Amino acid sequence: MLRRYLLKRLVVAIPSLVIASLIIFTLPRLLPGDAVQLMLEEKAYGKDLDDLRHKLGLDRPIYIQYFTWVGQIVRGNLGESLWTRRTVVEELGSRLPVTLLLAAMAGGFSILIGIPIGVLSAVRADTLRDYVARSLAILGLSVPGFWLATLVIILPAMWWGWTPHLGFTEFRRNPTAHVLQFILPGFILGIASGAAIMRLTRAMLLEVLRQDYVRTAWSKGLRERVVVLKHSLKNAVIPVITILGIQFAQIFSATVIIESIFQLPGMGRFLFDAILQRDYPVIQGINLFVVSIIVLINLLVDLTYAVLDPRIRYS
Amino acid sequence: MARYVEAVAPVESSREPWALPRAVRAVAHFCRHKPLGALGGFLVLVMLVMALGAPWIAHHDYDYSIAGSRMKPPSLQFWFGTDNLSRDLWSRVVYGARVSVTVGFLTIALATMVAVAVGVSSAYIGGAYDMAVQRVVDAWMSFPYLIIILSLMAVLGPGLLNLILSLSVLVAANNARVIRGAALSVMQNPYIESARAIGSGHLRIVLRHVVPNVMATVIILATIGLGGVILAESALSFLGLGVPPPRPSWGSMLAGSGRSYMQRAPWMAIFPGLAISLAVFGFNMLGDALRDVLDPRLRGTGTGPGR
Repeated sequence: MLRRYLLKRLVVAIPSLVIASLIIFTLPRLLPGDAVQLMLEEKAYGKDLDDLRHKLGLDRPIYIQYFTWVGQIVRGNLGESLWTRRTVVEELGSRLPVTLLLAAMAGGFSILIGIPIGVLSAVRADTLRDYVARSLAILGLSVPGFWLATLVIILPAMWWGWTPHLGFTEFRRNPTAHVLQFILPGFILGIASGAAIMRLTRAMLLEVLRQDYVRTAWSKGLRERVVVLKHSLKNAVIPVITILGIQFAQIFSATVIIESIFQLPGMGRFLFDAILQRDYPVIQGINLFVVSIIVLINLLVDLTYAVLDPRIRYS
Repeated sequence: MARYVEAVAPVESSREPWALPRAVRAVAHFCRHKPLGALGGFLVLVMLVMALGAPWIAHHDYDYSIAGSRMKPPSLQFWFGTDNLSRDLWSRVVYGARVSVTVGFLTIALATMVAVAVGVSSAYIGGAYDMAVQRVVDAWMSFPYLIIILSLMAVLGPGLLNLILSLSVLVAANNARVIRGAALSVMQNPYIESARAIGSGHLRIVLRHVVPNVMATVIILATIGLGGVILAESALSFLGLGVPPPRPSWGSMLAGSGRSYMQRAPWMAIFPGLAISLAVFGFNMLGDALRDVLDPRLRGTGTGPGR
């Protein structure tokens, strides 16, 4: 049953991936013609215009270009940087762990912030505490992360003469400092997602608290702790899992900015540098990689959802 | 019974002569029942006034350097202080509202038109067309929003028009999905079937019956979307891929050459960021309250692009 469901979901995911790959493939080809000329002058990547077009594979019919590109990807070749001449896969190898650790911390913080506040807000619905929590959640969705990061860097320096460490400490040199350097950027990244999770937790828990079996639990004389945390929260949290996929995409986006501010050599910064240098093969490669990861995460989320909630048929 | 009539009648007659217009009463009702939404509406109003009246509200031109007042702290003369190029920050923040409002409203207008056309047609026609459209929308949605806009901007090059185009594509994809859902539920109503039974054409059914009934959804999506677009615009401008200088955008005021001076002049960082936060906060609050009032079913559909 599970296997059939998995197969079905995979089949459904394929068209999305194909369309996404088409979009990614088309992007650099929307470039105005003189961009190739620019690439030639700036990077001396080819002998002349025709040679460069040939190297970029731009001289062949468009559908052949696409299939060649897809063929390369299937064999694990995401392209080659115009600047460093290293393959995208090679470059990603050293940067992916940084971004993954950062994203994992952000995800952890967002759950630590979102679920407890969401529960408190739902249990004390329409009290002052609830209003404050809800307003804070909307504020959390409204405050730009790059502003918070900027304030975190400049304000403590002014008040106490302390600045968070900017730059990157490698794991081999100092394992503790390596992990610690992610806490601040991870927390800032987690705020927006935490706010989204809080809002959904509150809404879902309110829904569950209204159900009959919860009333039964109350009338058995169970304490509030038990009713809320043991009986209700479990069912309320299941839908929250569904937005984790979206939140992960959101966190991924934000790493582009946060990694640049905190000078962490992750995937987001890599992409941003590639964009500034107009390194199109790298942009294409990273985009495809990120989209595949997100499709995969959404698939995992769906599966977890189906496993956690037996009412959901594998259909 | 008699007491009831007595109690009601005088109120009615006393109200009659200076009865407020319906719109005003609706607004007053909204403010009383949704104080947080009203606060959001107020913030939005302040922002709109700033944008429209910038030349009168600002003390100087946004690019004007005031001789001998470099990095002055906030004072009566310079409300928000001055920056490293001796420019009045208050004036720059006021003019910055213009960029946010322009990008925000144009993007939402464009995105909404596309989203209504795509969403309603997808729901109404159904079948293979619906399937194809939904696949494309899904594919767009599986991109992290900032990454796709950054890539688009890298290809198109910075500029106001390019920014609006790439942001609206993204917002349109998100909204088309929600509007399709709303249109599908509207089409379950018996009045659609009646319209068909009396021989109304497709165009008439869509324009007279389906579209007006998804307008609540459209308005809510637009309000919350505005906050998201302003946030995205500021992020892109912060990265240098948004609105090009010399136009002052709140995002770009936090970036660039001024960054190295911010430890000595923190007001350069505080006020533009505060402006972004309050503007987005205002739209989100207003959108949330509108959703509760107009269409409670939409709860949990998220706010803005990528959320």
